[in-house]
Amino acid sequence: MNLNLTRRRFIKGVIASGAAATTTGVWVAANGASRPAGAVERMIRININGQVRTVDVAPQETLASTLRYKLGLTGTKLGCNRGECGACTVLVDDVSTYACSVLTHSVKNGRVETVEGLEAADGTLHPVQQAFVEELSPQCGYCTPGQIMAAVGLLRENPSPTREEARMGLSGNICRCGSYDSYLDGVMRAAQIG
Amino acid sequence: MPSYDVMPNMELYQPVRVEDALDIASRYADRGWLVGGGQDTYGWLKDRAKSADALIDLSAIDELRGVRETAEGIEIGALTTLTEIAESALLKQSYSVLSDAAAVVASPQIRNIGTLGGNVSQDVRCWYYRRGLSCYRAGGNLCYADTPQGMNREHSLFETSRCVAAGASDTAPALVALDATMVLRSVDGERTLSAEEYFVGPAVDIENTTALRDGEILTAVRLPKAWANAEFYFEKVADRNVWDFSLVNVAAAFKVSGGNISESRVVCGAVQATPRRLTAIENAIQGKAKGAVTAQSVAGMASEGARALAHNGFKIPLMENLVKRAISA
Repeated sequence: MNLNLTRRRFIKGVIASGAAATTTGVWVAANGASRPAGAVERMIRININGQVRTVDVAPQETLASTLRYKLGLTGTKLGCNRGECGACTVLVDDVSTYACSVLTHSVKNGRVETVEGLEAADGTLHPVQQAFVEELSPQCGYCTPGQIMAAVGLLRENPSPTREEARMGLSGNICRCGSYDSYLDGVMRAAQIG
Repeated sequence: MPSYDVMPNMELYQPVRVEDALDIASRYADRGWLVGGGQDTYGWLKDRAKSADALIDLSAIDELRGVRETAEGIEIGALTTLTEIAESALLKQSYSVLSDAAAVVASPQIRNIGTLGGNVSQDVRCWYYRRGLSCYRAGGNLCYADTPQGMNREHSLFETSRCVAAGASDTAPALVALDATMVLRSVDGERTLSAEEYFVGPAVDIENTTALRDGEILTAVRLPKAWANAEFYFEKVADRNVWDFSLVNVAAAFKVSGGNISESRVVCGAVQATPRRLTAIENAIQGKAKGAVTAQSVAGMASEGARALAHNGFKIPLMENLVKRAISA
């Protein structure tokens, strides 16, 4: 028996049932008169990677929490959880954003893209992903999803950046392995692949 | 002291009209927390160093966003992001000291979501205060930073009063240099303050860094035509180029005619809780040629009255040299 898999399934199960229980509670509250007028409704619909997902989101919940613990999109990593490392970078309406430092409710009307949404349906990698593979950009890989999303955001705004512009574009993402030059090689190659 | 991944439970309001936001802010008063981009909010709440009953998220109020030309100059909505300010053609052309300042705040992702109103209204930097210790600023009767063992390399040189924490906004000194007007609204109406009046030090109010009262919202910042297209200088010195707060920054505006300075506003940030306007320097350089000679002759005045703590003495020559560069440029 694969112990890791079992543990992972167990945790996922707990999260799923917890979310279901909370949903029921909120449904009652939302229909009751006790809610202060004007406060947000917890059940929201949000566009993630082109799919509209319905999810129960606490008022103070960050986008990183919703993605990882409600929707199972664990590609978005939490490093510092304080907007100081960039591992949780996602795109909101094409703009790179720290998912740990934005409320899910604040971006519920936007288009959220995470690293899971980049691969094409037939399994073809996004040019940035392909370039990062070819340039051996990551070392340990923990910061990679954030680096990828920052690079995708940069290339959407500026499809052929100079190396200096790419350096600025990725300056909000820390790599503790120090693989910065390899990431920049990857961005420059991705710009060529288009 | 424990640290947490999530914020404690609280209400969240997302008004789309200023009037509704003002109603909610007035109702919650000191238990409501205004959120622009939230970049100086979530850390406080995650750390349990401060709390609120309700977050009032202003980011959905469209009328608080954007850079507009008016008859008197330019009006910037308080919710305009720092990226929008850094890239605004209007500002880059006529008030580049502000767009230059916005361009070096924190990191790209933080500038994408952080707002002008939030950047200038952010709380002071002090690890003891931000870690939730009961210091003067937090309502206690002790300062942890100004002690023989205290880590105060980033703290203030001037205008300390019990609290020695420094403000570290990059855009705040630029607004003072531009003689900006801050527009504050509440359910009772609108009032305006000069940028200099908006920022308050610990001697006046030890628990707040701005004149914003409970229930009030900073809705806009107005830049006067009088300073459009002046000669500007902005420079920030920090330990690293991204994320880090200023150790010292300088924002300056000069009106120059025939090579001589007719009027100027020279402001340093991160040397006290509020932006420090260097009026002695402004008076000394009036009528003098803008350049290295004048800069050399007055630079020493920049730090007059400074009282260094155990570890921040380096800020004195740093400040003098930044002012020298601003006048030489």
